[in-house]
Amino acid sequence: MSKFKKAGGKGLKAINTASLPDIVFMLLFFFMVTTVMRETNLKVGVIVPEATEVKKLEKKSLVSFIYIGKPHRNLQKTFGSEPRIQLNDAFATPEDIRDFISSEREQMDENDQKQMTISLKIDQDTRMGIVTEVKQELRKASALKINYSSRKKVDEALLK
Amino acid sequence: MARREIQEINAGSMADIAFLLLIFFLVATTMDIDTGISRLLPPMPEEEELDDDQEIRERNVFVVLINKDDDLFVEDGFYDVSELKEMTKEFFLNPDDDPDLSEKRELTTDFFGTMMVSKGVISLRNDIGTSYGKYIEVQNELAAAVNELRNELCMQRFGRRYDDLDPLNDQEAALIDDAKKVFPMAISEAEPKKVGGN
Repeated sequence: MSKFKKAGGKGLKAINTASLPDIVFMLLFFFMVTTVMRETNLKVGVIVPEATEVKKLEKKSLVSFIYIGKPHRNLQKTFGSEPRIQLNDAFATPEDIRDFISSEREQMDENDQKQMTISLKIDQDTRMGIVTEVKQELRKASALKINYSSRKKVDEALLK
Repeated sequence: MARREIQEINAGSMADIAFLLLIFFLVATTMDIDTGISRLLPPMPEEEELDDDQEIRERNVFVVLINKDDDLFVEDGFYDVSELKEMTKEFFLNPDDDPDLSEKRELTTDFFGTMMVSKGVISLRNDIGTSYGKYIEVQNELAAAVNELRNELCMQRFGRRYDDLDPLNDQEAALIDDAKKVFPMAISEAEPKKVGGN
């Protein structure tokens, strides 16, 4: 018979891969569950500034977002390149913020309304004029808990 | 051959399908946790005239100005952002009772007993043209100064860093509250005015 047949007869058995799909499915379900699909389409470009004293935002359901930044390039023809405010899915003016806050409040549980936090996602190159306007509107709407969204800065001393 | 045995479905490609889906979700997942600097805005005054009702002595106010070119003016001159933290800490601590730095008053808390705490307030003012990045950088330095003071206080008394205290633990939460009373995050923001030439 064949010269190459091994002396022992059977040699290495192939590893049983029958449980491989199970393992992969397990991972798949993990990622499916943890994935949060983004709810709003960002129409403005936002690169938030870096900071060291950041804290995590707890309880996503209590947080509403206000985005401020330059409109994306394909929208700049219609909306210009000046930084704009985005609430939910649409561009807005500072005057719209009060309505936005009250509609966000209504969606919340009554006990949670006091804990409502506004996360300000503002591009780092934005001028403070528009930011201050937004802050004044938030004060008028008495939404006082705010959070300046920022990235955690990596401590350079640790890298060395 | 009338009766053929039913063949098992070949499940060999199941792994491939699952992998495909897995890779899709791996790529689509962003596990970013939202982080940021939390602040509490002051409530709107009932009437506009009641704005400056509190008299605060000048030595107790730590003036921080940022102009439209993102230059930083602190108390008496222009400084770099990197110097701001140390200056803020010195202003609050005032170890040598410098008459230019903040005054102190007695405060009794459960954890720290009676001690002298600063009456100082940081007054932060920015121009309309200040960039948001610079503003956050300054806010961050001020927050870092206060956090460091709290850290040092807790380390000195209890051998624990303030940052490591667990707010879910009742006793530690009380300690956090007391540390906040000793070193409050006293940042007051004025209405924006034009600072510096325009």
